[in-house]
Amino acid sequence: MTVSRFWRKIPHRYNLIGTHCTTCNEYYFPPRQMCPNCRRDGNIESHKFEGKGEVVTYTVIHTAAKGFEMQTPYNLAIIKLDEGASLTAQVICHQDEMKIGMRVHSVFRKLGEESEKGMIYYGTKFVPD
Amino acid sequence: MNVGIVSYGAYIPRYRIKLENIAAVWGADGQSFINGLQVKEKSVPDLDEDTVTIAVEAARNAIKKQNIDPSRIGAIYTGSESHPYAVKPTSTIVAAAVGAEPVLTAADFEFACKAGTAAIQTCMGMAASGMIDLGLAIGADVSQGAPGDALEYTAAAGGAAYLIGTSDLVAVIEDTYSFTTDTPDFWRREGMPYPEHGGRFTGEPGYFKHVTSAANGLMEKIGTKPSDYDYAVFHQPNGKFPQNAAKMLGFTKEQITTGLIVTMLGNTYSASCMIGLAAILDEAKAGDRIFMTAFGSGAGSDAFSITVTDKIEEIRNKAPTVKQLLANPIYIDYATYAKHKNKIKV
Amino acid sequence: MRDVAIIGASYTRFGELWDRSLRDLIVEAGVGAIEDSHIQGEEIDGIYVGNMSGGRFVEQEHVGSLIADYVGLARELHVPATRVEAACASGGLALRQAILAVASGYDDIVVAAGVEKMTDVSMDVATDALAAAADREWEGINGATFPGLYAMIARLHMHKYGTTSEQLAEVSVKNHFNGSMNPRAQFQNKITVDTVLNSVMVADPLHVFDCSPITDGAAAVVVASADIAKRYTDTPIYVKATAQASGTISLHDRVDITTLDASVVAGQRAFKMAGMTPDDIDLLEVHDCFTIAEICAIEDLGFFKKGDGGRATAAGDTSLGGMIPVNTSGGLKACGHPVGATGIKQAVEITEQLRGTAGGRQVDGANVGMTHNVGGSGGTAAVHIFSRDR
Repeated sequence: MTVSRFWRKIPHRYNLIGTHCTTCNEYYFPPRQMCPNCRRDGNIESHKFEGKGEVVTYTVIHTAAKGFEMQTPYNLAIIKLDEGASLTAQVICHQDEMKIGMRVHSVFRKLGEESEKGMIYYGTKFVPD
Repeated sequence: MNVGIVSYGAYIPRYRIKLENIAAVWGADGQSFINGLQVKEKSVPDLDEDTVTIAVEAARNAIKKQNIDPSRIGAIYTGSESHPYAVKPTSTIVAAAVGAEPVLTAADFEFACKAGTAAIQTCMGMAASGMIDLGLAIGADVSQGAPGDALEYTAAAGGAAYLIGTSDLVAVIEDTYSFTTDTPDFWRREGMPYPEHGGRFTGEPGYFKHVTSAANGLMEKIGTKPSDYDYAVFHQPNGKFPQNAAKMLGFTKEQITTGLIVTMLGNTYSASCMIGLAAILDEAKAGDRIFMTAFGSGAGSDAFSITVTDKIEEIRNKAPTVKQLLANPIYIDYATYAKHKNKIKV
Repeated sequence: MRDVAIIGASYTRFGELWDRSLRDLIVEAGVGAIEDSHIQGEEIDGIYVGNMSGGRFVEQEHVGSLIADYVGLARELHVPATRVEAACASGGLALRQAILAVASGYDDIVVAAGVEKMTDVSMDVATDALAAAADREWEGINGATFPGLYAMIARLHMHKYGTTSEQLAEVSVKNHFNGSMNPRAQFQNKITVDTVLNSVMVADPLHVFDCSPITDGAAAVVVASADIAKRYTDTPIYVKATAQASGTISLHDRVDITTLDASVVAGQRAFKMAGMTPDDIDLLEVHDCFTIAEICAIEDLGFFKKGDGGRATAAGDTSLGGMIPVNTSGGLKACGHPVGATGIKQAVEITEQLRGTAGGRQVDGANVGMTHNVGGSGGTAAVHIFSRDR
């Protein structure tokens, strides 16, 4: 990921800033400029999510994505935040602790780095309550 | 000057390695290291933790306790000797992660283990002079010890953040006094992965000279004596040094117990006495007086005289205490530890 | 809109083909289809080619022009060529575009092709290139892999419906069995449930044998107006429906994570266009990029109730002699998955089945077949229905 592409989404990644359509009251994370319900009739504002939610489903990844080799096995989950939006994130705990429905909250961690010389990507992961 | 601590927060990673596991790898006598250093285990960062993530978590804990509006923060200074970037400050990432951008000043500090307290002093000056409303001073490290070196037994990971201001104080900092000389007891050259040190030279001409000079200097300046204080906390490179310093200065074992966290934590370098202070503040009551003296190799000591106010009760239990952060550790073996600390060349 | 028919079809060997380049593969498949159709090059009005990532795999874009050129249709005949991309549904979409061009009346004879050359790069570059089919910004950056995304679908499917790892494995066993009778398949070995369950875990609960492979290959079909089809072949295979739908690109935005809405809607659109229901279909080629994907596909397309796909597979309902044979070609798992080619290969398999030339894989009395091709974790789905009868 390049410098500008990562930088553009820093507030969203660090602080779970998504969007909220005040027309239909749906919350979006990742952020959306266009509400799929209301489209041009939607009124989109920024929304900072609390960071609390529950695990909808998960997997334990053994064959890593590029750049994540040192972390295997790592837990990846779809988490439904209390406001209603769902996102994909790592959950930090022993794989045996992972359960569908478990409550989690957000923490600030390193997501990765471009290379030893390159930019470090920080963002949000989750831990069990 | 009416300046002091508005809020504070700490963060300690969950992983630990026991000293006997480190000693076993190098064929050393684990028990003699444990006895000599008076440290049983040390904290280890997770694979995705570093000084920045630790600084952010500690800062977020401090802000959460008082539900501070982050736009009030006028300065952020993070002290560490393990900033992940040599150039590009940890403090701006913290600024983004706590929502303090963009109207503030920021920079990173380095002064071995006293970079965090230097940041506190700077924030004190800026707040007291009216330059800023609140300053955020952080000490955080994921310190490295060379494999097989004595420092490998104690170099640990952790962070503490202090919000410094002039109103709504949970603790007043009556005064601070520093003693600084060019003493090369411990250093790391640019580009080198591990620090070097002068062995026994780090003791008397390093730690003890500066700690006692700063401590005595402060007490003389403000007219206090050790018995005036309920608690004392010193920089903790191991369990022995702060106990000896206390004895030399006239502080008792009881006064230093609460703040002496190194036995189960190791030396968190820039965070060391700042986490010790946090452990004390977690329990202290209104009117309690605390004496803190940090030490950083290179070398210097910052001494602080602190009095707790009744506002301390308002922020109790709003974020994890040091005791809670030390609880439920996950123990790992040396191989996993080496992987976490990037000691394995890939 | 005019009726359209497939008049020629072919695909190359699928596998790790070290001595074949991207262009070698497409020429082989293209010429094969053209010979099978008995047309002349001059009669080709257009080419649509599905190719997911020429850029990442062989540093080549502008694949439409490259292909037209190397099959000899650029320099003198200047045949229009268009590359179509929808990740793993690139082939299915290329097929649809070719059909629409003929159905609209604008073109009479169009080639729909697909090709992917994946083995010139290392495994982790290939995996990363494939990950671009997911949401890079919000899934990829967290370490999501394709097996990881489908594993999350599998985990929830198991939790909600009691689907088991053994039932997932049965998909792979069946497809390998079918593939053993397909001389072009990448893997022609039969396997057992134990083979799958004892293989290395890639993303819990998916093992290596639950995952389709990295493959080189190309496929092509020639589509023509139904009115002229019989000039070229005695067995035109008529297109009864072509349908396409998009879904959310990321898995986390799905309404129900165990249902690929794009498949459901594309299926419904196809059945409506053909005036048919699942009972009218004799065999299916579905997108089994992972075993769980086949189970979801047969549910999403309406052949089995949601949650029943695992039981049905284990009971043999989708086996060669079963109620509704699925993936007689060997599917993506055994036949292989050269990404851009798969959607076209599926159409070739149905063509051979409906013509009665599928050899040991033949489904008796096959009259109507359906293909189902998905992009990513369900961001795109293309469904086609073919019949012997116009």
